[in-house]
Amino acid sequence: MSQDEKNSPTQSLNEGAVRDAHSGKRIQSPEGKPTVTVLDYGSGNVRSAVRALEAAGAEVTLSAKAEDVLNADGLLVPGVGAFATVMKELKDVDAIRLIGRRVAGGRPVLAICVGLQVLFEKGVEHGVEAEGIGEWPGTVELLPAQVVPHMGWNTVTAPKGSLLFEGVENERFYFVHSYGVQHWDFDVTQPHMAPPKVTWSEHGAPFIAAVENGPLCATQFHPEKSGEAGARLLRNWVGSLRKAGAAKGATA
Amino acid sequence: MAVAIRVIPCLDVDAGRVVKGVNFKGLRDAGDPVALAHRYDRAGADELTFLDVTASSGNRETTFDVVRRTAEEVFIPLTVGGGVRGVAEVDKLLRFGADKASINTAAVARPEVIDEITRHFGSQVLVLSVDARRVNPAEGAGTPSGFEVTTHGGRQGTGIDAIAWAKEAADRGVGEILLNSIDADGTKDGFDLEMIRAVRAAVNIPLIASGGAGVPEHFPPAIAAGADAVLAASMFHFGPDDMIAQVKTAIREAGYEVR
Repeated sequence: MSQDEKNSPTQSLNEGAVRDAHSGKRIQSPEGKPTVTVLDYGSGNVRSAVRALEAAGAEVTLSAKAEDVLNADGLLVPGVGAFATVMKELKDVDAIRLIGRRVAGGRPVLAICVGLQVLFEKGVEHGVEAEGIGEWPGTVELLPAQVVPHMGWNTVTAPKGSLLFEGVENERFYFVHSYGVQHWDFDVTQPHMAPPKVTWSEHGAPFIAAVENGPLCATQFHPEKSGEAGARLLRNWVGSLRKAGAAKGATA
Repeated sequence: MAVAIRVIPCLDVDAGRVVKGVNFKGLRDAGDPVALAHRYDRAGADELTFLDVTASSGNRETTFDVVRRTAEEVFIPLTVGGGVRGVAEVDKLLRFGADKASINTAAVARPEVIDEITRHFGSQVLVLSVDARRVNPAEGAGTPSGFEVTTHGGRQGTGIDAIAWAKEAADRGVGEILLNSIDADGTKDGFDLEMIRAVRAAVNIPLIASGGAGVPEHFPPAIAAGADAVLAASMFHFGPDDMIAQVKTAIREAGYEVR
């Protein structure tokens, strides 16, 4: 990717995506693979996420540039660290607005770990409350377990028809976190809208392990660190990007 | 269902090569850490730990390359220890693909480094490695708990109480404790269960037990004593290829969950 391709002046909006004269060069895969941008905003180890997505069949770009974030078939939002810190870092690269635009346009986003947490209304860490993105109602709170962080491989309970967990419903996934969302209060569902699918796990109390809400998906665990099970989950997601792209092409 | 007990092979890496021998059948180059990481991943390891024992700082770059190549190919958590002194080393390890760093001597020398690292990267990134030995107060070398922190692979005593140190490190924000019994290490007689129980009683963060394992039956008592994870080196390197599975079977048959 060359430096002169950024900040293109000729941008227009289409289904939440920016189209510009150079976008084709950046977001298309020569082999026709689905394209995924891994949001690069200073959050910990993203190398594994990039490699795991490539292994899952995606053409991956590590970037925080608006056109890369908006134009890829899928956006992966990693997240390691404190809730408030991740929110600040996301704001610093304008990612909250960009995620919102993608979701409004029906374009897939997958958020991981603290990436899931900040999609809720607020987080409380060490007694300090921080505002989240608020895509979903709920508060991220300390897990009431004897041993925290919750660190290791745990089981999940996925709902029927889950796309992410197809074929890995009974597998364990790798979790590393002290905080979680312990209540799901989402009750506003439009008549034409499928209700979100919520997957649960348990450590001290039940907590949300994953949410699939139309284009917006998130996991509390790390699929990029969950061996074969995580690889399958990422393939499920990347595969859905291909279908989403094909369906869009057919109706265009 | 609950979080599974983790079984963690540990690889000593010197200048990019595994230094303790490994006798996996069919593995042409047993000295390549990346090949071994693959092998242990396929054998069911829940995490991997690399301990960088490189003496010369000039050869340290090879360790970063090993971390990078491993993280690109093996999709389970990777902890790297040895020579971690502060935020800068942790940052570099994370950039090369490590998920966690373990710290030992540098934290004993300057405990504030725990606060600095965990404030920067979160608690989950830092494992405190404690090499502890039993000390006898009658010989004038006692600590309140009877367990003393050592450095330099157990060769140097510090006079610091191991249980108090574990508690202090947890209060400072470390995410996990890797407890290695210097007395039990290499004996193949089993873990120091009393030491595990004492640390478990003092902290509520995950506890990895290490030192003394010789047969799969040694593992369940360590878990009963309070370990959330178990780490071993030579038992996996020199044991049969299915040793990780054997250990997991023993843990499962004792009533604990494994992956």
